[in-house]
Amino acid sequence: MKTIILRTASTYLLPVLLLFSIFILLRGHYSPGGGFVGGLIASIAWVLHAFAKGLENTKGLIRIHPGFLMPVGLALAFLSGIAPIVAFDMPFMTGLWYPEHLPILGSLGSALFFDTGVYLVVVGVTLTIIFTITESA
Amino acid sequence: MTQQIVLYPLLLQLLLSIVLMFCWRKISWQRVISIVGGVINIAVSAWLFYHIWENGTQIVQAGNWKAPFGIIFVGDTLSATLVLLTALSGVAVSTFSSASVVAARLKFGYFPIFHFLLLGLNGAFLTGDIFNLYVWFEIIIISSFVLITLGGEKAQLEGAVKYFTLNILASMIFLTAIAVLYGLTGSLNMADLSMKVAAIENRGLVEITAILFLIAFGIKAAVFPLYFWLPDSYHTPPSAVSAIFGGLLTKVGVYALIRVFTLIFVGDLFLQNILLAMAVLTLISGGLGALVQNNLRKVFSYLIICHIGYMIAGLGLFTKLAISGTIFYLIHDIIVKTNLFMVSGLAYRIRGTNSMRALGGLYAEYPKISLLIAIPLFSLVGIPPLSGFWPKLSLISAGFTAERWWVVGAIVFASLITLIIIAKVWAAIVWKDKTDFPKRLNFRYFAKLKLVRKTQMIAPVVFLSLVSLYIGFGAEHIQQVSVRVANELMDNQQYIDAVYNNNPKLNR
Amino acid sequence: MEVILAILIGVLYAAGIYMILRRSLVKLILGIIILGNGANLLIFLLGRIVKGSPPIIPGDSEVFESIYADPVPQALILTAIVISFGLQSFAIILIKRAYKVVKTDDLDEMNAIDKDS
Repeated sequence: MKTIILRTASTYLLPVLLLFSIFILLRGHYSPGGGFVGGLIASIAWVLHAFAKGLENTKGLIRIHPGFLMPVGLALAFLSGIAPIVAFDMPFMTGLWYPEHLPILGSLGSALFFDTGVYLVVVGVTLTIIFTITESA
Repeated sequence: MTQQIVLYPLLLQLLLSIVLMFCWRKISWQRVISIVGGVINIAVSAWLFYHIWENGTQIVQAGNWKAPFGIIFVGDTLSATLVLLTALSGVAVSTFSSASVVAARLKFGYFPIFHFLLLGLNGAFLTGDIFNLYVWFEIIIISSFVLITLGGEKAQLEGAVKYFTLNILASMIFLTAIAVLYGLTGSLNMADLSMKVAAIENRGLVEITAILFLIAFGIKAAVFPLYFWLPDSYHTPPSAVSAIFGGLLTKVGVYALIRVFTLIFVGDLFLQNILLAMAVLTLISGGLGALVQNNLRKVFSYLIICHIGYMIAGLGLFTKLAISGTIFYLIHDIIVKTNLFMVSGLAYRIRGTNSMRALGGLYAEYPKISLLIAIPLFSLVGIPPLSGFWPKLSLISAGFTAERWWVVGAIVFASLITLIIIAKVWAAIVWKDKTDFPKRLNFRYFAKLKLVRKTQMIAPVVFLSLVSLYIGFGAEHIQQVSVRVANELMDNQQYIDAVYNNNPKLNR
Repeated sequence: MEVILAILIGVLYAAGIYMILRRSLVKLILGIIILGNGANLLIFLLGRIVKGSPPIIPGDSEVFESIYADPVPQALILTAIVISFGLQSFAIILIKRAYKVVKTDDLDEMNAIDKDS
């Protein structure tokens, strides 16, 4: 995949796709989208970059091992799940909502943190799988 | 504080695996965290058991969505007992594996995955939603796939391919069954399903769904025509992994069968006859299979299959006495089977092989260890007053009451075969003279291990042996638990009421 | 529409089981994938196919105003797809490793465990 068009395009596609993945993540609560889809889009962005520029370049750009995102995402999802138990003695994963509407984010609630956790886990898992397969090929 | 108690064992396991994932490279930390976490887990599970024993069935509605719309977690006595047993064998196996599993395997995330497996087991025992049960099953099998392939030896990968294929197939059948059930009733909550399935007029379709569930759980539980993956795969991974698989994974299938056939598909004579026929054939074929094997762990694998038959027989007889026998057997079997696989790991560490022909002379060299392994071996046979005796008593007397002579015959026959096999195993590894099996180079023999590692291998066997001695000598207490569970299972109205008590409007 | 889907599901199940019964490992994985898709479509079909709006109650009313599609089957399918995504990626790596170690794609030649040891 050494065409110059793809290589040039991937430089610009990476930030656009990552931004789009975050957009999908944020609109997920009531509209189609959410953490899983957003995470997949983000990992596709990285995979496209890896196809065009080589795995080493992409790894240098990400810096951390993608596998590290898994416990971080799980921890975030776990905390947003137990927050209602700890704070309000309500059942596990009860949705907690901040009453005011915020600009850009809309309604802020524990569901958003859970979704962000899912997003990170999906990015971590997908990139780990694809990088491992690519390296062992 | 106690309102969410049903979820605490789950949350603890999830927390442990997250913490362990953060310490991915630090093996020595992982060992400590896993063992300490396991001890805390015993405390939490015992607390859950005590709470449920005192206050009856507890529920948690996840996300505060009312039943039957949200996902619900139900802790009745059966679930609490199984969670407690999972905690007991979990801590034993994590101690055992910190000594017996080589560091190269631990480095690839053995402990986090192990705790994910325990999370899945706890979830499967506690959930009250059929699709959620599917999800927990998937968590269990994904973790078990990783555990069974860690290390990547040839035999392991071949075993894993068989294990993988049959388990995926079981999941697909389970999913199909859920789809049909949802199409029939429009519900996924097990208590709700219990009422709705009873009201369906098209009994043929209900029976087909029940058979789909029977096949799906039958593959997981390894009953007669569906067990062929088990003896091909359970002896390939390290013995610590086999221990948790042998002790708990097939029992999840048995648990699911018990739950589904006492709550959703109740009182169908046709199904009971099928279950009984399966049980009899499982007892006979598993026993005969174990008789001809030479590899110690293959013998134990066939014995797992054979003894699943007892539990299915109790479920098929479907009287209060029989169900209490099933539950007692389940309690006894989880502890003993976990222990037996650890014993086989110990024998492997001492001699460098699991072949019964090459093993021998254990009594001359390690008389105390020989005495120790006598406890699980003879508990399995059920020589009174050891633990295997009491449930068989209940099962046989239930068989006599129901006048199912062939079931009684199969139970007695399987006990006899187990006795012969255990006598053979005992003679081969303990009493026989030491064979001239060649010493393996670069093998960490038991005698060469450090004292800490030796303790870590012996202590869990001692611990589980004590538990099984308690089950044998304190049979009165276990019998109380089993009878109470049997009462709860036979009278499923109690379960349904517990699920709906937060929501009187829907209490039909 | 129901009839077409029912036939399609039958074909997918049949194809999946046929592929699982083949001896090649790669075909085994393909069979599992096809079978999984069949199961997902079955959930979709049995959740009743309804032309309607999303099941969201508008802010200014208390009850549903129009025919709505049952959201539960879709949630179930999404969950099942996510799970099968994980399982399939594991399966592909597994058969790759198995192929490297055993050096064959044929399930009949995988018989090291049957040897007495």
